[in-house]
Amino acid sequence: MSLSRTFVVPLAVLLLLHFVVVLAGFIAPYDPATQFRDHPFAPPTRIHFFDSRGGFHLRPLVYLWKSNGEFAKYEADTTRTAPLRFFLSGDTYSVLGVFHSSLHLFGVDEPAHVFILGSDGYGRDQFSRFLFGGQISLFSGLLAAGLSLGLGLLLGSAAGYHGGLLDALLMRTTEAFAALPWLYLLLALRAFLPLHMSPAQTFLLLIAVIGMLGWGRAARLVRGIVLSAKERNYVVAARGFGATEWYLLRRHVLPQTRGVILTQAAILIPQYILAEITLSFLGLGVAEPVASWGNMLSALQQYSVLTSYWWMILPGLLLVTVLLRYYILAQSLELRVESSPY
Amino acid sequence: MRAIVNVLFRKLVAFICFPSVLAFAVSGPEEFLVTKSEPGTPGGKLVIAERSEPKTLNPITALDGPSRNVIRRMIADLISINRSTQRSEPALAKSWTISADKRVYTLKLRRGIKFSDGHAFDADDVVFSFQVYLDEKVHSVQRDLLVIGGKPIGVTKLDQYTVRFDLSKPYAAAERIFDSVAMLPRHLLEAPYKEEKLASSWGLDVAPGQIAGLGPFRLKEYVAGQRIVVERNPYYWKTDSKGTKLPYLEQIMYLFVPSEDAQVLRFEAGETDILNRISAENFAVLQKNQQMRGFKLFDLGPGLEYNFLLFNLNDDTTGRLPETARHQAWFREQKFRQAVSTAIDRNAIVKLVYQGRAVPIILQVTPGNKLWLNEVLPKPEYSLAKAKALLQSAGFRWKSDGRLVDAAGQPVEFSILASASNAQRKQMATLIQADLKPLGITVQVVPMEFRAQLDRVLQTHDYDAAIMALGSGDVDPTAEMNVWLSSGATHLWHLGERQAATDWEAEIDRLMQMQESETDPRKRKLEYDQVQQIVASQLPIICVVSPNILVGAKAKLANFQPGILDHYTLWNADELFWQPSR
Repeated sequence: MSLSRTFVVPLAVLLLLHFVVVLAGFIAPYDPATQFRDHPFAPPTRIHFFDSRGGFHLRPLVYLWKSNGEFAKYEADTTRTAPLRFFLSGDTYSVLGVFHSSLHLFGVDEPAHVFILGSDGYGRDQFSRFLFGGQISLFSGLLAAGLSLGLGLLLGSAAGYHGGLLDALLMRTTEAFAALPWLYLLLALRAFLPLHMSPAQTFLLLIAVIGMLGWGRAARLVRGIVLSAKERNYVVAARGFGATEWYLLRRHVLPQTRGVILTQAAILIPQYILAEITLSFLGLGVAEPVASWGNMLSALQQYSVLTSYWWMILPGLLLVTVLLRYYILAQSLELRVESSPY
Repeated sequence: MRAIVNVLFRKLVAFICFPSVLAFAVSGPEEFLVTKSEPGTPGGKLVIAERSEPKTLNPITALDGPSRNVIRRMIADLISINRSTQRSEPALAKSWTISADKRVYTLKLRRGIKFSDGHAFDADDVVFSFQVYLDEKVHSVQRDLLVIGGKPIGVTKLDQYTVRFDLSKPYAAAERIFDSVAMLPRHLLEAPYKEEKLASSWGLDVAPGQIAGLGPFRLKEYVAGQRIVVERNPYYWKTDSKGTKLPYLEQIMYLFVPSEDAQVLRFEAGETDILNRISAENFAVLQKNQQMRGFKLFDLGPGLEYNFLLFNLNDDTTGRLPETARHQAWFREQKFRQAVSTAIDRNAIVKLVYQGRAVPIILQVTPGNKLWLNEVLPKPEYSLAKAKALLQSAGFRWKSDGRLVDAAGQPVEFSILASASNAQRKQMATLIQADLKPLGITVQVVPMEFRAQLDRVLQTHDYDAAIMALGSGDVDPTAEMNVWLSSGATHLWHLGERQAATDWEAEIDRLMQMQESETDPRKRKLEYDQVQQIVASQLPIICVVSPNILVGAKAKLANFQPGILDHYTLWNADELFWQPSR
């Protein structure tokens, strides 16, 4: 009931979000790197069903901006309108690097522009950047969490099942990792890396770094469960019947860690999304002009941007809701695990 | 013999004879300088934010901006450059004469002047000061400036108030080199100098009584991590036309506020009185309510700072950097540099990065330097078609996917370093990256901590290109010698050249050296015009924009005359005063 609702709703929302982000190229009206240099810091475009004379339009329209010559000061020119068009052709994009297309869900014809979340200081569409940025931010979180949990599962079960010297060695390593001042470490790391790194390389490196740093906690949790599971009577019995080690692990021990792994995933993913954002915010993530949520938010470091252009904060607010969904999901997962028959 | 005597400043002040009559009998009348500025009312204090603590109060070793800003208020020089008119003016020297061969300068000192501790100043202090600066063991910052044609200038005392300076060759900007060269108190510094402890004296821990100068202010207190306060020097040697002794202000307090945004907030809240230089964005933020909050903002137009894209043209003799060496084949091609320059939309940079408060440039001489700019040279041009034609004629081709490849078929890709803490330079790099994309050039922007960037540019030479800025301290071309001479310490694109690597660099060397010793101003201008012409066509660095100098001050601060030469706002701190409220 309520348990399943708190579980299903955030999960559905998150799945939808990931789906939208995968289809960023189709849904976003523009390429994330396209600079409309005549429109820096344009406020969100308002979409009208009624024109200035009160006439109703089934196909909504936008007004063109007119600038009075001052920097980033715009007024809607009510004499010049452009209808919102659907399924029109625009910048080319690819979905998952496989399908190439130039069909966009919506857009307007030049010289009008549609900036649903406004534009940034280069005149780039914030909405398009948010969607494309999600590809980096959300998936780096997912992949890094996958890496962390994979490592945690492998090393944690090895430590718990084998015990002895291996256990001691691995557990001391996790402690060492937990004690690292990782932010300073990363700052130092960046200085040693080569200058020529393509965005794809940086992205993979980012995932590797974030993922590698967080496996310790997962490993400790898995170890604890494996340690107690291997002493259970039915495991001992199975061993007595001549089951192989691999069979025991696969059939009896590891399934017990499922709940912990899932809960950890729901906790780690938003944490790692935040980690990517922090790194990009500090200039250690994917470089411009590639969009990521951290890159988008780093513009807010400037006092003038913060005070003058409120729409620059919108990606941050959207981000809060995304992270919140993940935490709600984690909580309900935890409840389910606790109330599960295991 | 041509004598330059500044008549305006020579009138003596009718001195007030009160308790110091005896002193006058000994040292003669005090030859105070009478300023032309509006007479003011004494009193009050001024608060200004400095981005960090000074590292030292020692004028001989101070290198960093904050230290120099504080020290500059406590010292005086023989001849000063007026930051507002950009011309030289008498300071501690009341007049000077130049010999016919332009090699001997004879300076007359003001009589009856005292250091801030009350000790008299005369020719012995001048000789001592120059002895210290020119001593190689002292490693003074000023030494390079005072070595002309490879030989240190000779300093001789003629009498108690006359000093002769001998130059090894005629030097065009000779009187300008005296600007900001502090006259040191021999009575305080001779002992540490003899003990070779000069570099470590006058650190931040110095007691106010142990440090003295001839500037309008003297040290009052230093609170580590918070503030440094200088107070009015009662022995200062200027008065206004009404005979009031300068400076008017009782104190200047420097607060340490690390970021510009924080400085702007403090100023907006009324906690500080002056903003020495701010970005265009913050200028726009403050502009909204300047009237209500009682401050004034000034856009002084382009300064002397030039921002540029620097290509690494250093020779990699060790073979450590094969990748960079491969890229350098492109960078060394003049047409490649011209193509990049033509593809950069400088007007977009002016608009998006500086909100229109900057000017596009193609040269190191900015429109702010009206005396020396070569006006004949064309303005920077933006044309993709021309850039493509240039690349094509240099043997570059385009692949079917639009990527540019060189004659060997290698794709043209390089990275641009930009200081991570400087929003403007990061933005500039991102815009240039987008500008070069239509040419098929892939550019990676690498934001990097400024010191790490400097290390790569100056030491390891492990970089392709970088966005940097240079700003001269003076309008005179001699101030740019260290950048344009191929052996110069700031010859950034090719450091440590033993001899000029190219013919055009050799030609720049020749012209720069000629103008240095040329004394006919018209000929000097022609020679420097030629240098500018070579720079504009060879583009050793690709100059992009020169930002406007933007400053602010409380509206009640009178005699506020900001200039485009550093220090923009406090250069005439002795004349500033608070308008009494009515």
